[in-house]
Amino acid sequence: MKATSIADRVKQIKGSGIREYFDIAERMEDAISLGVGEPDFVTPWSIREACIFSLEKGYTSYTSNWGLLELREMLSDKMYSEDSVYYDPEGEILITTGVSEGFDLALRAIVNPGDEVILHEPCYVSYKPCTQFTGGIPVSIETKVEDEFKLRAERIAERVTEKTKAIVLNYPNNPTGAALSRKDLEEIADVATEHDLLVISDEIYGKLTYEGKHTCFSALNGMKERTLLLNGFSKAYAMTGWRIGYAAGNKNVIEAMMKIHQYIMLCTPITAQMAAMEALRCDDETAKMVGEFNRRRRLMVEGLREIGLSCFEPKGAFYTFPSIASTGLTSAEFAKRLLFEHKVVVIPGSVFGDCGEGFIRCSYAVSQFEIKEALERMARFLESCGVK
Amino acid sequence: MKEERKEKQKEDEILKILEENARTSDNEIARMVGLDEEEVTSIISELEKRGIIMKYKALINYEKAGIETVQALIDVKLSPERGTGYDSVAERISRFSEVRSVRLVSGEHDLLVRVEGATMREVAHFVAEKIAPLEQVRNTVTHFLLRTYKANGEIYKEEEKGKRLAVTL
Ligand SMILES: Cc1ncc(COP(=O)(O)O)c(C=O)c1O
Repeated sequence: MKATSIADRVKQIKGSGIREYFDIAERMEDAISLGVGEPDFVTPWSIREACIFSLEKGYTSYTSNWGLLELREMLSDKMYSEDSVYYDPEGEILITTGVSEGFDLALRAIVNPGDEVILHEPCYVSYKPCTQFTGGIPVSIETKVEDEFKLRAERIAERVTEKTKAIVLNYPNNPTGAALSRKDLEEIADVATEHDLLVISDEIYGKLTYEGKHTCFSALNGMKERTLLLNGFSKAYAMTGWRIGYAAGNKNVIEAMMKIHQYIMLCTPITAQMAAMEALRCDDETAKMVGEFNRRRRLMVEGLREIGLSCFEPKGAFYTFPSIASTGLTSAEFAKRLLFEHKVVVIPGSVFGDCGEGFIRCSYAVSQFEIKEALERMARFLESCGVK
Repeated sequence: MKEERKEKQKEDEILKILEENARTSDNEIARMVGLDEEEVTSIISELEKRGIIMKYKALINYEKAGIETVQALIDVKLSPERGTGYDSVAERISRFSEVRSVRLVSGEHDLLVRVEGATMREVAHFVAEKIAPLEQVRNTVTHFLLRTYKANGEIYKEEEKGKRLAVTL
């Protein structure tokens, strides 16, 4: 039937083969889930309270398409004080409905059909489909555990063609927890400059960095104009359900993104914007969360190693990405059996790109108690697989 | 110097972990702070010796346990003593086992004393007999506690938490 047939652009996107597994995981009683991708903390009370107050005062309208000016000004000040990079709140910052929308807008704003976009895999699941929705061609570069899952400038240079338009960077990384040093980033900056590419930098986990301080890509010398910075409140302030983030970058690109945003979204919900302003005043809450995540990170990494899995030490975000090669199972088989036999949910690495095969993603955004219990169950499972 | 700072950081980290959960094992603490278990054990016993860790206690919700106790906060106005100021009388009040806490505060009164007893009468009696008659005590105001919403950083009413999805990619 023509009426309900689906557009080719959408049909070309393959559904994830393990949807079914996720549905079972969602419904299984007393399973422990390390499959979570959001903090287990509730949004700090002062933020929730500020939002309630705004509702009481009657802030329930649309805002400017750009987002509230006061919020943009606060973001501008914050980026300037933390990363020493200045963005004009009028024209260089756009409030979006999460990094999710920001990423989509960015690609739609700059990619022509046939343009190539470089992605490093394993990576966040949205990047590839969003690129394909625009008619762009995703070009995947594999990052390896031996090299700490780093995207290397040389590897980018090898893959650049006439058609390459942009590089997508996501460090600290979902799913690996990898981070790049300033030097690594500078090398990438050089390649981007040499080949005249835009760098779309998704820094949503920037605040969740456990060793040293996160380097904002646009803060690198001369990179502000060729960086499109995406960030949000979901992870750093435990605000996933609020749906708010922001994009900062070159005036023309931001303007083009705004053009799309005004027609498809109009604006980000005012309630979330009100809460976000309070969040920007709540740095000590973030610091507390980061401290707790760091303790759990160590507990998880040590624990995984002890039960016989080799595990890269994550530097940021809240994921570990251990290898399960020693079991001889595929990551999907591993995840399924672990769920059915021991009721622990993990994410098969293959979901994050072909090179994620042989790994699983285990989140430590769960309580210390749950980490211990999950590790015990996994130990029993590994024993039954003959590992250790 | 650098070593000292690092050691201090580890100590602070250990205190934070124990303050949150005093039953965390030395082994788990060792993993979380990146030290050997023996090192953690020795740092903790040092903290105990230095009186920085004073005690390990359980935080009990007596209301839930069905154990009735009566507590009161007493504002105490003092006339300071020559030589020792408020210290000697405050220490004297502190020694009573009925007294759970004693704090010098700014404002209209000088001490804030928390008293615990089995019944209201018992508490009132204690204040009248033991605190009010002290020479330096000029007056007292007793506030009986009716309900605890939060104490020691813990909220008493369990918050209903929204359910997270088991899987988010
Ligand atoms: C790398 C990465 N980018 C973006 C998002 C989505 O963020 P938001 O909630 O701001 O849309 C996620 C969420 O998991 C993520 O892991």
